[in-house]
Amino acid sequence: MSMANAAPRLSRRLGEIAFLAFCWIATGIALVALTAILWALVKQGGGGFFKPNGGGIDLNIFTKSTPAPGNEGGLLNAILGSLMMCTLAMLGAVSVGVLAGTWLSEFARESRYGKVVRFLNDVLLSAPSILVGLFVYEILVAPLKGFSGLAGAVALGLIAAPVITRTTEDVLRLQPVALREASVALGAPVWRTIFAVIWKAAQSGMLTGALLAFARISGETAPLLFTALNNQFLSLDLTKPTANLPVVIANFALTAYDDWRRLAWAAALLITATVLVVTMVARTILRGSARS
Amino acid sequence: MTAIADIDVAAAPRSARGATLDRAFEILCFSAATFLLTALGGIVISLVIGGWPAIAKFGPAFLISAEWDPVQEVYGAAGAVTGTLITAALALAFAVPLSFAIAIFLVELCPPILRRPIGTAVELLAGIPSIVYGMWGLFVFAPWFAQHIQVPIMMSAKPGSLLATLTSGIPNGSGIFTASVILAIMVLPFIAATMRELLNTIPPTVRESAYGLGSTTFEVIRKVSLPYVRTGAIGAVMLGLGRALGETMAVTFVIGNSHGFPTSLFAPGSTIASTIANEFTEATGALHVSSLILLGLVLFIITFAVLAMARLLIGRQANL
Repeated sequence: MSMANAAPRLSRRLGEIAFLAFCWIATGIALVALTAILWALVKQGGGGFFKPNGGGIDLNIFTKSTPAPGNEGGLLNAILGSLMMCTLAMLGAVSVGVLAGTWLSEFARESRYGKVVRFLNDVLLSAPSILVGLFVYEILVAPLKGFSGLAGAVALGLIAAPVITRTTEDVLRLQPVALREASVALGAPVWRTIFAVIWKAAQSGMLTGALLAFARISGETAPLLFTALNNQFLSLDLTKPTANLPVVIANFALTAYDDWRRLAWAAALLITATVLVVTMVARTILRGSARS
Repeated sequence: MTAIADIDVAAAPRSARGATLDRAFEILCFSAATFLLTALGGIVISLVIGGWPAIAKFGPAFLISAEWDPVQEVYGAAGAVTGTLITAALALAFAVPLSFAIAIFLVELCPPILRRPIGTAVELLAGIPSIVYGMWGLFVFAPWFAQHIQVPIMMSAKPGSLLATLTSGIPNGSGIFTASVILAIMVLPFIAATMRELLNTIPPTVRESAYGLGSTTFEVIRKVSLPYVRTGAIGAVMLGLGRALGETMAVTFVIGNSHGFPTSLFAPGSTIASTIANEFTEATGALHVSSLILLGLVLFIITFAVLAMARLLIGRQANL
């Protein structure tokens, strides 16, 4: 066979070049988008952490509550509110998610009910979060006649729980059956086996799941719009409307006041930085446990 | 089989107290799983109950009418449903080729040293909150888009031509098209991640034999890899569609928020989620609230169908 026959025809070569170029360009577009978003956040939001006239670092963001337009202020009430609601949501979501994931992995086996729960949990995992907000409004806000931080926490918890259930089930399934057999053979009851052996062996994977769930809910806005609402003042009372970063962004970004917009960008930078750092930490833990 | 329920625990020595606690623990776990099921059921039931006054008042006309008038108390979902479907479809039209290409790049073409940083960067794109996409879309992307894309296109379109009709409107950067672009960037990492996992499930020998026969990368992807993961790939696209349909804050910021059918690609519009987010806390009456909840039920039915299909197609192989 001569060399001329072995070389691909021109049309094939051109198709190949066009295809490879498209793959490179597509990846480039994604990287450009990420860079553009992060750059805008740092440029617009970074200013919120410095005094307006270049007088050094401005701690007002962390020490003062959201102001009236034209006044000095920060995001203290929103940061605290978000922290309280996310913590409460995570407490609930971790308890339900870990137990439900354990049931799916250890007890459900191939039962029909187990398959239904698994399937619907996967659907709940990517269901629009605004619908969770509507649901919580219907069962908590409307009957009690008042928006509350508690309702916000419930909405966030309902979004986090399916994520934790799924990751828990996945990592528990990776644990070898010999581990369970060894523990049971030593006389340990099932609950002890799960507590002290299986959960222990799977802890880094479960921690990753919880961190990813936390990253997911810390930026969620839609479910908080009509559950936690917002609060202009500093308040630790979760039975009342509670300030939170996402809703402050939603309210302040669309106003004509420059100082409110500045705070909205600062809040956006704060949330995004938190989410990205938590995501990176979670990935690092996962990689570390995969290696060992 | 790795489940503890498959082990014959009764054969091992254990106390009566241990057996009771075991039973209690299993019931506890079972209750947690049932709780999640109840939550999903509760969402459906609460949406039906909340939307019932609107169902009783408008009946099937709710789905056909595009009139949304809080003053006259007449509500119809057609405008918002159309906006939702158009933005999601356009977003997928942009996102699917790009995300497939990114997945192929990461699996086949990427220099190994860049694989992890680029993979992580694409994953980070998925982590950015919806509202941040909204702010960026409104304050950064929309002005740029208006100046560098919208105005030139509208200037060059012949009056009366199809292009002129499709691109009519005020060139302020927000509207159906901008919302679709932002949505595309948002769903892209999800589709790319699922595709990447799917491509990694292809046995190396399958691809190697295709290369061995003299195929180019393009031919291996088109004739071997993609057919191999076809079902899962459709599932990945459906998963992206499910996300695009329900996205709220980003769309609310950039779509322009006008009721009724959108008149062109650059015209303002609304989606189901953006309408609910905009109007729910400021709803004027019981019927307005009920109509918004009924909109939510329509969104739930659409996304449930899409997501259920996606899960059935992907199966449990892709870890998402």
